[in-house]
Amino acid sequence: MEKRNAKRTREIVVPGDILADASDYRAGDNTYELDGKIRANVMGIKNYRDDVVGVIPMGGFYMPVTGDTVIGIINDVGPSNWMLDINAPYPAPLHVSEVPWKVEFGDTSRFLTVGDVVLLKVLMVDESKKIQVTMKDSGLRKIEGGQLVEISHTKISRVIGKSGTMIQMLKNMTDCRIFVGQNGRIWIDGDAENVEVAAEAIRIIEAETRSANLSDRVKAFIGKKLPQADDYAEEDE
Amino acid sequence: MSGHTDMVLVNEEGIRIDGRKVDEKRNIKIEAGVLKNASGSCYLEIGKNKVLCAVYGPRECRPRHLQNPTKAIIQCKYNMQAYSVTDRKRPGTDRRSVEISKLISEALEAVVQTELYPRASIDIYIEILQANAGTRCAGLTAASVALADAGIPMRDLVPAIACGKADGNVLLDLNKEEDNYGQADVPIAIVPSTDEIVLLQMDGNMTREELDHGLDMAFKAAHEVYDVQRAALKKRYSDISKKEGDSVE
Amino acid sequence: MNLLSDGRREDGRQLDEVRKIQVETGVIESAEGSARVKLGETEVMAGIKIIPGTPYPDAPGDGVLTTGAELIPLAHESFEPGPPSEDAIELARVVDRGIRESGMVDVKKLCITEGEEIWMVFIDIYALNYDGNLFDACNLAAVCALKSAIVPWKQYGKGEEDLPMPVTCTPISVTECKIGNDLIVDPNFNEEAISTARLTVTTDDIGNFRAMQKGGKGSITRGDLSLCLDRAVEIGKQIRKIIG
Repeated sequence: MEKRNAKRTREIVVPGDILADASDYRAGDNTYELDGKIRANVMGIKNYRDDVVGVIPMGGFYMPVTGDTVIGIINDVGPSNWMLDINAPYPAPLHVSEVPWKVEFGDTSRFLTVGDVVLLKVLMVDESKKIQVTMKDSGLRKIEGGQLVEISHTKISRVIGKSGTMIQMLKNMTDCRIFVGQNGRIWIDGDAENVEVAAEAIRIIEAETRSANLSDRVKAFIGKKLPQADDYAEEDE
Repeated sequence: MSGHTDMVLVNEEGIRIDGRKVDEKRNIKIEAGVLKNASGSCYLEIGKNKVLCAVYGPRECRPRHLQNPTKAIIQCKYNMQAYSVTDRKRPGTDRRSVEISKLISEALEAVVQTELYPRASIDIYIEILQANAGTRCAGLTAASVALADAGIPMRDLVPAIACGKADGNVLLDLNKEEDNYGQADVPIAIVPSTDEIVLLQMDGNMTREELDHGLDMAFKAAHEVYDVQRAALKKRYSDISKKEGDSVE
Repeated sequence: MNLLSDGRREDGRQLDEVRKIQVETGVIESAEGSARVKLGETEVMAGIKIIPGTPYPDAPGDGVLTTGAELIPLAHESFEPGPPSEDAIELARVVDRGIRESGMVDVKKLCITEGEEIWMVFIDIYALNYDGNLFDACNLAAVCALKSAIVPWKQYGKGEEDLPMPVTCTPISVTECKIGNDLIVDPNFNEEAISTARLTVTTDDIGNFRAMQKGGKGSITRGDLSLCLDRAVEIGKQIRKIIG
C-alpha cells in the first residue's frame, strides 16, 4: 500500500513545501492547509502517522508545555520569586510558594541565587505564553555537582528512547544518575569517568538521531569505553 | 535613476554590460546556517552583492513597551557596512536603511506565524558586506532563509528580485550601472505558494506595458530564486546528516 | 469592525472616492513657497526654503532637493516628540521619490555657477491634523508648495529678478488600503487602522508610473496591483484638475 511505503521515506521539507493532498491526509503538527494541499510551515522531516501528515522540526526554540520536566538556570532573584532561563523564548518565574522551603519575603537569595541550576516542572503556560514553574514534586531540587549537557530539544525523545529504553540503558551501563529536561538540558551525576562517557554517548545520540540502529551503536560505544559496564540486554527499537 | 552616462547599458543584440540577456538574473548562491551564535543564519551572493543575515529569537522583547501581548514583533536591522560601496559609507543608521528595515520587517510579517510567540521579538540582522544594486532584495531573500534555518514557523519563504528599465529596455535584476544610469527600478518580493506581493517599490519612469512586462519577468525569476532558497535549506540538513555518517566510529 | 458594507464606506464614500481636497498656497511669507492642504480632516503644511549651496561632485550643474516630514504631537495623540520615527522617514522618502523621479523640478535650471554654486531646495512637511492617508496629503502639499515657490535669485544677488520654480509636471500619488478583499482609495484613520496592506502609486501628467511603495504587514495580489495602477492614473487626472 502506498501509504505504508511513504512512511519509510525521511524527506526534508522547508516552509511552504507541499506535503500531501488534503483529500488523502489530515494536516498534522507544523502544517497548514491551502487550496486543498497540506504544506509545511517549519523546516524539518516529513512524518506520516496513519492518515495524518506532519513535520518534525529540526530546530527552533523549546516551547514549554504544562507538565514538562525541565532544567532551569536562575538569572534573576526578586523578593518573592526567582527568574529562570529554561531555554524558551520566555523567562520562567518560580514563586516562593512553589518551592519546598518556607521562604520569608526578601529572603529568596539565601535559598537560590543567580547561576544555580534547578530541576523543575512546568506548572502552567497561559494563552499569552506566560509560564509558571514549580519545584514541588518528587525528585525536583537544586542541582549540586554533576555535569549539565545541552542538546537540541528536538533530540530529547531519542535520548529517552521508546518507552525509556535508551535512557535506561545509559543509566545502567554508566551507573550514573541522569535527569532529562524536555528543554534540551540533561544533568548527569556519578563517577567522573562514567559521567564523561554518558555525556559523550548523549552527544552521539544527538548527532546521529537519524541512524537506524542507534541504541546498538551507543551500547557498543559505552561498552568499549567502560569494559566493566554491565552487559545489558535491551530490546532494539 | 538620476545619473547620466554615455555608457551603452544594453547593446543592439540585447546584451547587457555584464553579458546578461534582458530577462536574465545574476548568478545566485545561498548557504544556510553559517553563523554559530545565531538561532538561524544565511550567506547570500547575487552578482557582486554579498549579504550576511542572522536571526535571533524568538526571545523576550526589549524594550518592554514594544511587546505585543498577542504576537511576536519582527525587528529587522538592515545595515550597509563601511567598505561595502566605492566611497566609504559612514557607519550607523541613515534614513534609507531605516526605510528598508521597515519594509523588510513588514514583508516577513506576512509569512511568519508571529501569533505563536506573544510578547516575544524575532530579531533579524542583515549586513551588506558588498553592494552592487539590489541589496534590499538580496537581504530579504537571505532573511527568510535564516528564519527557516532558525526553525521559526512560517507559511512560506520570501524570494525577492528587482525588475527595471535601462536604455529603454525592460530588464530583470539591475546591476549597479543599470540602477545608477537606468530609467526605473522595481524591487518586488512574493509568497511563492500564493503569488502574493509582500514588498513592492518603484522609482523611475515606466508605462503600464513596461511595468506589466517587468513584473512578469520578476515573478518568474522570484520562483527561480525560491528554488535556490529551498535547495540551500535542504543542503544544510543533508550536510548535517553526512557529518553524522562521518562521525560513526 | 465592519467599515465596508455593500461597497459603501463608514463616511458614505465609494471605494474609489477621494475626500474633499482644499489647497491654500502662499500662506507662509517667510518661506519661498508654501501650501496648506486639507484632505478630508487630514491636514498638512508644506514649506519650501531655497538657499544657495554647493553641488554634489557627480552632478555639478544640478540643484539639490531635500524632503523632510515631521509627525508632530500637535497632529495626533499617537505622535511623539523626538527624532523622526520610521513612519515619518518612510513618508518623507515616498513623497521625495514621487517628486524626484517624476523630474517635477528641472534641477538643471537651479544651477547658479556650474561646479560651484546651485540652489538647494528644502521641502519640509508637517502634519497638522491626522485622519489617515498622510502620503497623499503630503504629496499634494509638497507639489502645490513647489509650484507656488519663487527662487530668490535677486534676493541673494545671483540674478536680475526672482524666478518661479522651474516645474515640468505635476506628480500625483494615490494611496489605497486593503481591508479584507477590498481596496479603498484615500483611507481615513479608522480604515487605516484595520487595513492589512497599503499601496501608494505616483503618476505623472501622461499617466506613466514614477514611484510606488507597498507598506503594511499584509500582502496584495497581482490583481490588486493592477486595480491600484488603473485607479492611480484615473484619480491622478481628477486631482490634477482640482489643484490646477
